[in-house]
Amino acid sequence: MGGDELRVNIWRGGPGGGEMMAYRAPRLPSQTALDVVTWIQRHVEPGLSYRFSCRVGMCGSCAMTVNGVPRWTCRTHVKDVARRGIGIGRGERRPHLELAPLRNLPVLKDLVCDMSEFFRKWQRAEGVFHGDRGEHGEYIFRGGRGDGHRDNGHRSNNGHRGRHGKHDTRDTTPAPILPADPRRAAADAAIECINCAVCYAACDVVASNPNYLGPAALNRAWTLLNDARDAAQYERVRAIADGGGGCQNCHSQHNCARHCPVQLSPARSIAGLKQRAVRAAWRGELL
Amino acid sequence: MLGAGLFIAQRVTALILAPFVIAHLALIIIAVHGGLDAAEILARTRGNPWFAAFYQTFVTFAALHAAIGVRVICAEWSRGRLNAIHLDSITLTVLLLLFCMGSFAVFAVVV
Repeated sequence: MGGDELRVNIWRGGPGGGEMMAYRAPRLPSQTALDVVTWIQRHVEPGLSYRFSCRVGMCGSCAMTVNGVPRWTCRTHVKDVARRGIGIGRGERRPHLELAPLRNLPVLKDLVCDMSEFFRKWQRAEGVFHGDRGEHGEYIFRGGRGDGHRDNGHRSNNGHRGRHGKHDTRDTTPAPILPADPRRAAADAAIECINCAVCYAACDVVASNPNYLGPAALNRAWTLLNDARDAAQYERVRAIADGGGGCQNCHSQHNCARHCPVQLSPARSIAGLKQRAVRAAWRGELL
Repeated sequence: MLGAGLFIAQRVTALILAPFVIAHLALIIIAVHGGLDAAEILARTRGNPWFAAFYQTFVTFAALHAAIGVRVICAEWSRGRLNAIHLDSITLTVLLLLFCMGSFAVFAVVV
């Protein structure tokens, strides 16, 4: 390898700790950070562990810390980041790349993180759709007022359905949810999250408060709070207003929005959640 | 760490404090530009019920606001090692400390 060479530092290790190891890789046109890792694993270090799947920015599984910034490596062109590389020695002119596992997640091996806690927090934030159930256990969305608004009062999804008429049948026409409805628009603005955990790694509140639910889980909860079909609004508001790790712990630093690869703004979703939490507290629903 | 109640208290006290801070700064600037010395300032504040009410309210809300803020800083600084009892104790201690110090200061310039 001559002048078109890339100096790469990769974090190697496991749950007990590790260190940066130096590698060299050829510099190629249109090369992504994921291409570099793949080249090193195939030609230099077969034991190097990393995670990827689609390689085209659809799955979000290849997220790593590239030169100190959480990114999808498949969508990170070396030419865009190597020039700004950190850790370049005095007089060193060669492009430099530093790859590490995502922050705020326990490392399994090398560049692979354990995502269990990340997804457990999704569950804690009630990030799962709860539909009303019909008499045969099927999901239903009957009635409503067609404008996307609904009764969000004290009600669980276990059978008490104050908003439905007694005489609804399987032939009852579902209320339409218009794309222009403000709540639907709020949900749509946040719904494209693919759980890559880049925002979670970028969040300083997660770093300092391990109990904090994190931007991704709260963003997901925001989409469901704005989903007129969902039947667990009361439970979700209680979950996102939890004193230990709820939305009110967010410092509005907007690191999540700054680093989100699909340009979502979890910070804006969390701001909406804070308003809901305050409203719920005011009504005494959090007691 | 920060439940909905404390979150609301933090925001509400911040809202209340904003005009107090502006009025306090304005008062300082006017006093300094007016060339008043300590004796002249004390002559105006002693026995003034409006001055006492203004600054005692200021002190109360500032103590509340700062105590909640210190609670958050401690919780994040400890990275989850401080439990709710520790944090409640810190919050209450800071609240009482600031309230007492502020009240003594108000007492000193009014009485």
